[in-house]
Amino acid sequence: MSRYSAFSIFRNALSGQKNWQRAWRAAEPKPSYDVIVIGGGGHGLATAFYLAENHGIRNVAVLEKGYIGGGNVGRNTTVIRSNYLLDGNTQFYEFSMKLWENMSRALNFNVMFSQRGQLVTAHSADQLDGFSHRANIMRLNGIDADILDRDEVRQLVPYLDFSDTARFPIHGAIFQGRAGTARHDAVAWGYARAADGHGVDIIQNCEVTGFLRDGDSIVGVETTKGRIGAGKVGLAVAGHTSVLGAKAGLELPIESHVLQAFVTEPLKPLVDHVVAYGADHFYVSQSDKGGLVFGGNLDGYNSYAQRGNLGVVREVAEAAIALMPCISRVRLLRHWGGVMDMTPDASPIICLTPIEGLLLNGGWCYGGFKATPASGWCFAHTIATGKPHPLIAAYGLDRFRTGRTLDEAGAGPSAWLQ
Amino acid sequence: MLRIECPCCGLRDHEEFRYGGDASVTRPAHDDPDPQAWYAYVYLRANPAGPHREFWQHVIGCRQWLVVERDTRNHAIASVELARKLAPRKSLARKSPA
Repeated sequence: MSRYSAFSIFRNALSGQKNWQRAWRAAEPKPSYDVIVIGGGGHGLATAFYLAENHGIRNVAVLEKGYIGGGNVGRNTTVIRSNYLLDGNTQFYEFSMKLWENMSRALNFNVMFSQRGQLVTAHSADQLDGFSHRANIMRLNGIDADILDRDEVRQLVPYLDFSDTARFPIHGAIFQGRAGTARHDAVAWGYARAADGHGVDIIQNCEVTGFLRDGDSIVGVETTKGRIGAGKVGLAVAGHTSVLGAKAGLELPIESHVLQAFVTEPLKPLVDHVVAYGADHFYVSQSDKGGLVFGGNLDGYNSYAQRGNLGVVREVAEAAIALMPCISRVRLLRHWGGVMDMTPDASPIICLTPIEGLLLNGGWCYGGFKATPASGWCFAHTIATGKPHPLIAAYGLDRFRTGRTLDEAGAGPSAWLQ
Repeated sequence: MLRIECPCCGLRDHEEFRYGGDASVTRPAHDDPDPQAWYAYVYLRANPAGPHREFWQHVIGCRQWLVVERDTRNHAIASVELARKLAPRKSLARKSPA
């Protein structure tokens, strides 16, 4: 793998930019691997990269049923933050943030990580108290957090509705300055290229249709490109974890739901931060092309359709205009849906499973993108050592049975209400 | 947009309904002491990519609870029944007389 640098651009300019190598090889499956990671999304690719980088396990394949960047890694709204309240989540997402801060350098690929800051508006004194509680917990864990009053919020984001007629007047906000966004495709491509550089085979258009067993153990997979043996199989197919889990014989506390995302026509720079609406479910950032990228609630019923319904478009638009009346005339350019693994507590599941040879990484709900590097790091550790990484100790499958759920929103065990 | 054929009110927009989740799970008997049974009832879901039996309540209408069979891949609705007309679930009966 040739390194990307200013010098390499110059050198390739001499030959008319025609001699760049592929970012990763078009690999065909070998008969067997030490580790197979199912799912070539951000988490699967990061897992393969860290298996090679941190643990020296290079005989690894990533199997992707579609193409790299075509699943949820290319469908999210690219927000990265570590403002979590509950022990287990707080530390895990902050570890992830630290990996983001060094990702472009570690991968030799510009993921355009932009720490533009994220704020969540508070619309009552009580809500601001709650945010202070959260900010204190973050600070106790060494994470940056600020509480802003109404005037400070107004100075930062003057385009929100500060009028006397605002439906939910803004009282203040919680702000994390290190939060931000990254270019999600670049994250997928960067991990794919770096993993490939370590010898990992990235096999696209290869759908896993079943598992090979030796007694009770899983020893490989059946795919649309034939049978492939494996020492260990890691499942990283969030959205479809139940479908593959059922093939392996796993019973899971997961429902698949559709979450929509939206982008408007390009505008001049307006939204300098990531802004989340504390009175409804709406959050927005502005892409480098100028489009406002935003999202809201789940559609609310089980779905594998990868497309949403118009009722949610209206709900999200209503929330958007309640917070930012100035965008009421902006036209929507595109909207799309991604299928989420929703767990009953909206926290992920990364763990060993009761089935020998199979490890699980799923249940990312709608928080998976920001977790990409830490998820890959910890999942690789778990696969390589056979023991859960300390940072994912709280993300075991047994937490539902034992009552140790991590319900950040306090929404109770209905996946579609999280 | 889904449209659900309510047995009382006719074809209605799904936004008149509240989703109630997987209708294939059965509630353990009230005095069932087995934690596994409660774990399965509260948490475990088949979550099929295909036909899915699920509860919907017509909240802005007749307020009846319905059991709808819908394909989760394309939202085609195969059947709609009144939940109360389905065979009473055995699990609702107590294991021992109260």
